[in-house]
Formats: sequence, C-alpha cells, structure tokens
Amino acid sequence: MKVRVHVSLKPGVLDPQGRAIHHSLEGLGFTGVNDVRAGRLFELDVADSTSDEALDDMCRKLLANMVIENYRIEKVAA
Amino acid sequence: MAFRSAVITFPGSNCDRDMADALEKVSGTAPHRVWHGDHDLPEGLDFIALPGGFSYGDYLRCGAIASRSPVMQAVIAAAEKGVPVLGVCNGFQVLTESGLLPGALLRNSVIRFVCRDATLKVENAQSLFTSGYEAGQEIVIPVAHHDGNYFADDETLDRLEGEGRVAFRYVENVNGSARSIAGVLNAAGNVLGMMPHPERAIETAHGGTDGRALFESAIKGLIGA
Repeated sequence: MKVRVHVSLKPGVLDPQGRAIHHSLEGLGFTGVNDVRAGRLFELDVADSTSDEALDDMCRKLLANMVIENYRIEKVAA
Repeated sequence: MAFRSAVITFPGSNCDRDMADALEKVSGTAPHRVWHGDHDLPEGLDFIALPGGFSYGDYLRCGAIASRSPVMQAVIAAAEKGVPVLGVCNGFQVLTESGLLPGALLRNSVIRFVCRDATLKVENAQSLFTSGYEAGQEIVIPVAHHDGNYFADDETLDRLEGEGRVAFRYVENVNGSARSIAGVLNAAGNVLGMMPHPERAIETAHGGTDGRALFESAIKGLIGA
C-alpha cells in the first residue's frame, strides 16, 4: 500500500523558509503571491495490513513534531 | 569523590570532544564517552551531556533521529530519575525532540547560520547549572547554529517564565527566539537545554571564560567539591 504523509507547520508558527521562498518568487517577477508555507511530503510503501492507528503512530512518534507541525495521511490507489 | 559524567556521541556530533574537554578541565575527571547505539549508560552517573553538532545530518528535523536512538531511551530514563542532563545546541534540539524539554527549535528567523559571540542575561541563577552566576548578570557565550529559534505556544512560554524555567535570554535576539529565550530548564530543574556553547568559553585561549561557571556550579552542586 502506498501512503503519502503531508507534514506542514501549524498556523501561527513562523516559517522563515516559506518567507524566503516567497521573496524569491517575487524576485522572479511573480505577482499576487500572498503567502508561502513550506512543508514535507513522505511517500511510504507499507504492508497492506498496516492499520490506520499504526500510520497515525508513525506520524506522531517520528514523521511530524506535534509541537509545531500537523500531518495529513493520504492513501494512494495502486 | 570523583565526578562521573558521560558525553553522548551521535553520528554527526562535532562538539563532543570540546564538551568532554570542558568537563575534564573543570572537574578533573575525564567523562565516559558513550556511543549513540549503546543501550546502557555507565552506572552511577552524576551528569550527562548531549553535545552540539549535526546528528544524523539534521535529517528529518534537527535532533529528531538522535532523540529516537537507543541511548536516548537510557538518557530519558536517567533524567526522569533526576540525573542532571545538559544539552547544548544540537543537544538542546535532541532534548526538545525527545520531550524532556518543551517547545521546539525552528530555523533561525534570519535564515542564516549564525556564528558569533552572544551576550546572554542570566534569568535564573538558582538552578544546579546557573548558581555560579548572579541573577541578571550578562555573560558572553558563542553561538553557532542554523536552527536555534526557540518556539513554544504562549501558554507554555507563560508557564516557563512563571516557574523560573527560562535560564538564559539573549540580550540581542540573534535567531528570532520567542521571548529571546536562549536556554530552558525542565520542571524538576535537572535538565537544561541551551543553544549557546558554554564549553567553548572555559579558558582564556577561547577568548572568554564565562561558560566555566556553568560547569563549576553543576560540579560543585553535585559532588560538593
């Protein structure tokens, strides 16, 4: 089973990388970009029997830092 | 009584030797050197140090992989029993990632690696690690990091301040840290995490000796030397 885990900073947590990317986009002449937030994407290939609880556990224990980040699990059709 | 300390080395640690050197110079006894893959710590430790560096290449998040390594389970258990733990720079990141300290260290707000002397204000001069200073004293300690921007929610920050758990604050906020926090203590006061490097300021050849009192007060507090 293919699973994508999207990890993003919680609202309100300062994102200096996103800000730098935003400035760079503006430097390239793109207008109308209101904000940029940088995150991470993990692509996992796990056993079909992997439970939702186990996936949640992986996110909470390692893939995301729950102090500053949120995560979203997306199961990808094979 | 000899001072029994340990310095933990992770793959990518690069301040472990400086930390070991500082502990030996100040205490007179060389610390045990412990590798990240070890499951057990030496018996009867008085002090554990997590050094600076780039453990596991800062993969995932700074300190994230190190905080899940075998030896950290032993460090967490020791800390919960009251053994003093000092985490400097990457060691501070490992402490927050492991849950021993609240908050997280984000990318510096200036987006640059910051490497310079930083003036710190001693906020709590009564902890095991800081009793060698005066409250409000300003000390100069080097910083060298890319991810030292301390973050915690307002409720946590209020609690840290209310409980006297902010050990040090930057006089000039070098990295965007919330409320200029440079170092925090756990609730029991036996775990200190800080981004500045006291081990790089213990002898005149370093250009300053303001870090020495941190080690001296901890050692004196622990073995009464």
